[in-house]
Amino acid sequence: MFLEQFDTLCWNSIKESIYTKTAADVRTALQKSKRSLEDFKALISPAALAFLEPMAQLSHKLTQKRFGKTIQLYAPLYLSNECQNICTYCGFSYDNKLKRKTLTPFEIMQEAMYLKEQGFKHILLVTGEASKTVGVDYIRNAIALLKPHFAQVSIEVQPMEQEDYEALIEAGLHAVLVYQETYHKADYKIHHTKGKKSNFSYRLATPDRLGKAGIHKIGLGVLIGLEDWRTDSFFTAMHLNYLEKTYWQTKYSISFPRLRPAEGLIEPKVVMSDRELAQLICAWRIFNEEVELSISTRENEKFRDHIIQLGITSMSAGSKTNPGGYVTEVESLEQFEIDDSRSPAEIVQMVHGKGYKAVWKDWESFV
Amino acid sequence: MNDTLIIAGKKFNSRLFTGTGKFGDHQLMQHALTASGTELATVALKRIDSEDKEEDILSYLQPGSIALLPNTSGVRNAKEAVFAAQLAREALQTNWLKLEIHPDPKYLLPDPVETLKAAEELVKLGFIVLPYIHADPVLCKRLEEVGVAAVMPLGAPIGTNKGLRTKDFLEIIIEQSNVPVIVDAGIGAPSHAAAAMELGADAVLVNTAIAVAANPVAMAQAFKHAVTAGRTGYLAGLGAERNAADASSPLTSFLSEL
Repeated sequence: MFLEQFDTLCWNSIKESIYTKTAADVRTALQKSKRSLEDFKALISPAALAFLEPMAQLSHKLTQKRFGKTIQLYAPLYLSNECQNICTYCGFSYDNKLKRKTLTPFEIMQEAMYLKEQGFKHILLVTGEASKTVGVDYIRNAIALLKPHFAQVSIEVQPMEQEDYEALIEAGLHAVLVYQETYHKADYKIHHTKGKKSNFSYRLATPDRLGKAGIHKIGLGVLIGLEDWRTDSFFTAMHLNYLEKTYWQTKYSISFPRLRPAEGLIEPKVVMSDRELAQLICAWRIFNEEVELSISTRENEKFRDHIIQLGITSMSAGSKTNPGGYVTEVESLEQFEIDDSRSPAEIVQMVHGKGYKAVWKDWESFV
Repeated sequence: MNDTLIIAGKKFNSRLFTGTGKFGDHQLMQHALTASGTELATVALKRIDSEDKEEDILSYLQPGSIALLPNTSGVRNAKEAVFAAQLAREALQTNWLKLEIHPDPKYLLPDPVETLKAAEELVKLGFIVLPYIHADPVLCKRLEEVGVAAVMPLGAPIGTNKGLRTKDFLEIIIEQSNVPVIVDAGIGAPSHAAAAMELGADAVLVNTAIAVAANPVAMAQAFKHAVTAGRTGYLAGLGAERNAADASSPLTSFLSEL
C-alpha cells in the first residue's frame, strides 16, 4: 500500500530538495534517456524555468513518438451536484446553500444523447458525494445505461471499496479519476473540513483499491492552488511510480486542474502561472514517456491551443460542469466556471489546424 | 527475378507492411500508405468507428491494393483476444488477424503465454493468425506448431524507434522458421528496415517512424526503397563481416611446409 511509503516521507524536506535544484541538475536530467524521481524534481524546480524551450521541444518529440499526432477527446457528464462534503474550493460544497439536482435515468440519457450527437465516444461521469441518492447502485445503473452508446465510460466520483469497483467494472466501467487534491496531510484537513472526503488516508489508498479491483485506467492529480504545486506534483510522481510497479496492468493518466473561481469559495493560496503549468506538463512527459496527460476546459483557449503540442494527449471539449447542463437543466449549480467554451466541432478544427488528429474512439469492449 | 512473398496463399510484391495509427490526418495516412507501396496495413479494432462514417479510418483504406490486417490492440488476455478477433472479422470481413496481447499498458510488451493460447484457438476458428511476440525463438516454434501463418517478433519495444535491439534472437528465428518472419516494432529509420531485410526477414512492419515524420509521404518512400535495397542485398549474398584483414595464416602455414 502506498500509505506505508507515504508515512516515511517528509513534505518540508522534499520541498527544500526541489527548490535547491540547480541549472546543472536540470541539464543532467535533460541529457539522460531515462529520468529518475530526482530528475523529475529538477525538471519541476524553479531552476528549470530557464530551460522551458528545450524542455518543450523534448516533450513534443517524446509525445509524438509514443502517441503520434493525435489528441483524444472526451466530455464530462455531471450526474449530480448533491454532496455531503464541505470543501473550501468546490461549488458543490455542502455548506453552499443552493438548489441541488440529481439526474433521473431519463435525464441521463437525454444529456448523453446530446454528447453522442456531438461525436463523443469517451464520457466521464461526475458526481459529488451523497451516498444515499448517488451511491454505488446509482452509478452502476448509469454506467449500464450508457455502456451501449459509448466506447469508454469513466467516473470521477466518491472513493469506494474494492468490491464496489469490481461491480462497476463488471457493468462496463473503464477508468476512475481520483485526485488527491493535496498530499499535504495537515492542509488537506483545512480544505476538507467535513464529510467522508475529510479522511485523507482513505482517499490516498483509493488507487490501491482500484488496482486490486483490476481497473483499466486510473487518473491521478492534485488541485493546483491549494498548496505548493511542485511538492504536490512530486508526491504524485512518487505515487505513480509506486502504482506502475504494483498494478502493472493498469494504465495511468495525469491531470493538472488549476483552482477556478466558483460560487462562494476561497482564492488560491498559491498561484501557478501559465509558464509554470507548461513547465509542469513538459516535466511530466520527460519524466514518464508513456503516461497520458490530460487538460480540461478550465484552461483558456489560447493556452489549450498551444499546449497540445507540448505533451498533452487528451482533452475535454464543450464541457458543462452542472448536472443537466447540456440540455436538461442548463441553469443548475455548476462545480466551477469553465474558460474554453468552444464547441467540440471548433476544438476538432483547432486540433486539425495544429496538424493533429482528434480521436473520438480508442476503445472497444472485449469482454 | 521472381521474389514474391506468400503468406497463407496470398502473394505480396511489397515486403513493407504498415500501421495506420499515429497519423495527424486520415488523408495524410492514405497518401503515405500509397507512397510506401504497401499491400498490407494493420488497423486497430478499437479505433474503428462504424457509427461515424466520416470519422471512420476504414473509409480511407478501401481501395483494393491494400489488404487490411485488423489487430487486437487493447486486449489483455487470450479470452479477450478471441472475442476481439471475432468482432474484427465481422467489422472488416477478413480472416486475417494480427494477434497482439499486451497486458502491460506501459511498454506494450506481448504476453507469450496468452498469445500462444489464443493463437491455438484462433487457428482452429479459421483465422489467419500473425502473432506479435517477443523475439523468442522457442515461442516462434511453438506458434508455428499450432498453425500460425507468420510470426512477428519485435526489434525493440514498440514505438521506441530503437532499431534491431533483438538482432541475435532474430537471426535464430529467421534461421529456424518455416513460416514467414515479419520484424515488427522498433524500426525507427529506413536503415533499420534495410538491416532487418539483410538479416533475411521476410518483411517488416513500420508505423511510428512514418506517421510522426515531418514528411510522412517522403518517409514512406524512403522505407519502400530501404526494404527493397535490404532484400536485394540479402538475395545477392552478403559477404561475411570481418574484424580485420587476414592475409597470412600463422597457425596453418606449416601444413604446406610439411
